[in-house]
Amino acid sequence: MRATASSERRGLSRRDLLKTGAASVLLLGFRLPQAHAASDTFAPNAFIRVGDDDIVTLVMPQVEMGQGIYTAVAMILADELDADFDKVVLQHAPPDKAYNNPLFGVQATGGSTSVRAFWDPLRKAGASARGMLVEAAAKQWNVDPSTCRTSKSEVIHDASGQKVGYGAIAALAATMTPVAEPKLKPAKDYTLIGKPMKRKDTPDKTNGKSKYGIDALPAGVKFAAIAQCPVFGGKVGSVDDTKAKEIKGFRQVVAEDDFVAVVADTTWSAMQGLDALSITWDEGANANVNSAQIWEALRSASKEPGVVAKEVGDVKSAFSDGTRYDAVFELPFLAHATMEPLNCTVHYTKDACEVWIGTQVIGRVQEDVAKAVGLPIEKVTAHNFYVGGGFGRRLDQDMAYRAARVAKHVDGPVKVTWSREEDIQHDVYRPVYHNAVSATLKDGKIVGWDHRITGSAVIARWLPPAFQKGVDIDAVDAAIDQPYGFPNLKVEYIRAEPPAVPTGFWRGVGPNNNVFTIESFMDDIAHREKVDPVAFRLRHLDGNPRLKAAVQLATEKGNWGAPLSPRMGRGFSCQNAWGTFLATVCEVEVDESGEVRVHRLVTAVDTGVPVNPDTIAAQLEGGIIFGLSAALFNEITIENGRVQQGNFNDYRMLRINEAPKIEIHLIPSGEHPGGIGEPGTASAQSALGNAIFSATGVRLTRLPIDRAALAGRKPA
Amino acid sequence: MITLQVNGQPHDVDAPPDTPLLWALRDVLGMTGTKYGCGIAQCGACTVHVDGQAVRSCQLSIGSIENRPITTIEAVGTTDIGARVQKAWLDLEVIQCGYCQSGQIMSAAALLAHKPNPTDDDIDAAMAGNICRCGTYVRIRAAIKKAATA
Repeated sequence: MRATASSERRGLSRRDLLKTGAASVLLLGFRLPQAHAASDTFAPNAFIRVGDDDIVTLVMPQVEMGQGIYTAVAMILADELDADFDKVVLQHAPPDKAYNNPLFGVQATGGSTSVRAFWDPLRKAGASARGMLVEAAAKQWNVDPSTCRTSKSEVIHDASGQKVGYGAIAALAATMTPVAEPKLKPAKDYTLIGKPMKRKDTPDKTNGKSKYGIDALPAGVKFAAIAQCPVFGGKVGSVDDTKAKEIKGFRQVVAEDDFVAVVADTTWSAMQGLDALSITWDEGANANVNSAQIWEALRSASKEPGVVAKEVGDVKSAFSDGTRYDAVFELPFLAHATMEPLNCTVHYTKDACEVWIGTQVIGRVQEDVAKAVGLPIEKVTAHNFYVGGGFGRRLDQDMAYRAARVAKHVDGPVKVTWSREEDIQHDVYRPVYHNAVSATLKDGKIVGWDHRITGSAVIARWLPPAFQKGVDIDAVDAAIDQPYGFPNLKVEYIRAEPPAVPTGFWRGVGPNNNVFTIESFMDDIAHREKVDPVAFRLRHLDGNPRLKAAVQLATEKGNWGAPLSPRMGRGFSCQNAWGTFLATVCEVEVDESGEVRVHRLVTAVDTGVPVNPDTIAAQLEGGIIFGLSAALFNEITIENGRVQQGNFNDYRMLRINEAPKIEIHLIPSGEHPGGIGEPGTASAQSALGNAIFSATGVRLTRLPIDRAALAGRKPA
Repeated sequence: MITLQVNGQPHDVDAPPDTPLLWALRDVLGMTGTKYGCGIAQCGACTVHVDGQAVRSCQLSIGSIENRPITTIEAVGTTDIGARVQKAWLDLEVIQCGYCQSGQIMSAAALLAHKPNPTDDDIDAAMAGNICRCGTYVRIRAAIKKAATA
């Protein structure tokens, strides 16, 4: 990991990168010593390298942050390529537009898009490369290519009994012309897709060998701790380092306008040095902002006219008649709290810069570091690593921008590690949301639905071209395309940026808010109408057979309707978002003090072609725990312009002794693959809330859960 | 200079005695398998074995453990129990991002060393100090039971 090809500093063009790709990115070396750069005799596209040494190297356009994507991407490529899966070698992609996410136009991993977005491009890349290898072998043997087949990195001509390894034919394959639209395998011929394959990245995660960004140790590296103004937007006033200089291992202080860093021989000495500094902050305009004001401003904004994001039928007429229900649902700020605290290592010299980081946006890291140090982008080499939890936090690159500004003052490489407190108090937070939702019923069915969503527009900041006509496509996701086919529907969006607090993407993104709102409200209406909540939903799902099937399977496996012990409750939630259809039954127990024990969740899912079924189950299990943690415990609050939580003692995480049993039931499907990283998170929160209602009769309209309300000590 | 006995080898560490073992391992010895997560013994990512006990290396100063045997994730697989835990983790595909898993495996190996057939309550007690943000708890529990019976 310390070794860097000197060619990287020369600033290679994209063409060069693709040509020499293997040498210019970090080699993960699952089967090879790390010093061995993969050869690339045949490099037909950005994703595939075949060496004359018979090594097939696959370059990963999406980062591995636990979601199993390296294995899924490799399976898709290797299946069409007919590569020997046991022998493929994987590499992190370098910053390069060739690896842009087709759904964003940015080199980014997020939004549960990896398999959805790359399913077709990767299969075509694999099939095209396979076609060229077959052409080459057929030419060499002077036979018709259609009489050849491929298996486990070999081209085989059964009639003559000849076979050749991909490595041996690689040089000739490189001279073949790729077919524009290669023929893809029919599903029945898949050798990998749909089979539960072992993950490629996990063996080295059991023995300490895996490297995350925080593990980068370039020769001579020094270590830095960083403090930003506790008040959002505040600036550094003055810094007195008299006492810090007495800390053994102290090297230097770097003070910029918006942060102070201490550089030392170890991270510990740097943290000690930072603590020993006397810093006065110019707290600026946000020094009096607090949570109460933020909620007041949000609720006030919710009364303003919104932008119509979706309108179907005639909502106004629908509401002139029937039984009307209204509700308000609100969700809090949340921090990401990835297990790997934010960090970035940078080595700046006057004419080049090298960066080591685990990020969801390696291209943007390269751009921002270039800006920070004042070098052209081609002078910045950025190495990506395994990501120790992303959840959306590493879709921002602020940690890299700041580390680069530290590095500019340091002779040699410097690793800037944020303390857990810095990480939680300088996050980009899941926005606060307010939802006003109304429905009207006739003959037991909803005929009018009105949903007004008020909250921050993360898209407007993160992907401005996608913010059109005042509608944040993330904030309304899963609301404008809710599953029930209401004949009259209106969804409005009101953009309201919270004062002071920066907002960002958080696992489950917009659908977290909308699924919680829709599914809590559907449950509420069913109970008020005295109809079974599942039966009530099924009345509205005739036009949604994939979701209907998931509802039926989840309720069957989740013992829907079976008797419950006292203080136990069973809740239901269903959704289609990220191209995935999913239903969940949740069982909870609520004690007299309002404490909630989650016993079991049963989820049924149709996510299209299940590329790696075991990973799908794992992502849903993990996504559910992530959602439960937030719903049970988490809210970031603001006082005097600063975040009041700082570490796992006051920003609590679900632990193993609190974790429920989780069962995942996968519905076979041949549809286009859906996203799977986030659906579980969105589903768990509403299923939990509805189970709590079932146990207590208390309808929670805000998260996290309010134990005092559940104990009957105050209204919900 | 403080001498630490890490994975059966003596290592001289030139750092102040109040330096937590975590940072001596990571920043001085370059053994990065042991992870920083919280710095206040709340998350367990930094778990190692000292004298065979699972301890939080972010809270243990190197001055207090000179010459005591330390085992880290890099060497836990050399013990029978450690190897069984690692295998069970892979057999059940426990790991997601993996950042907390060094600590999870160290806690699980220490548990099995003391309780070869742990109950669910034993697992809760031994593992509740290890946070996994990816939510791999269901599989961790199953993998500990599998490792116990392997």
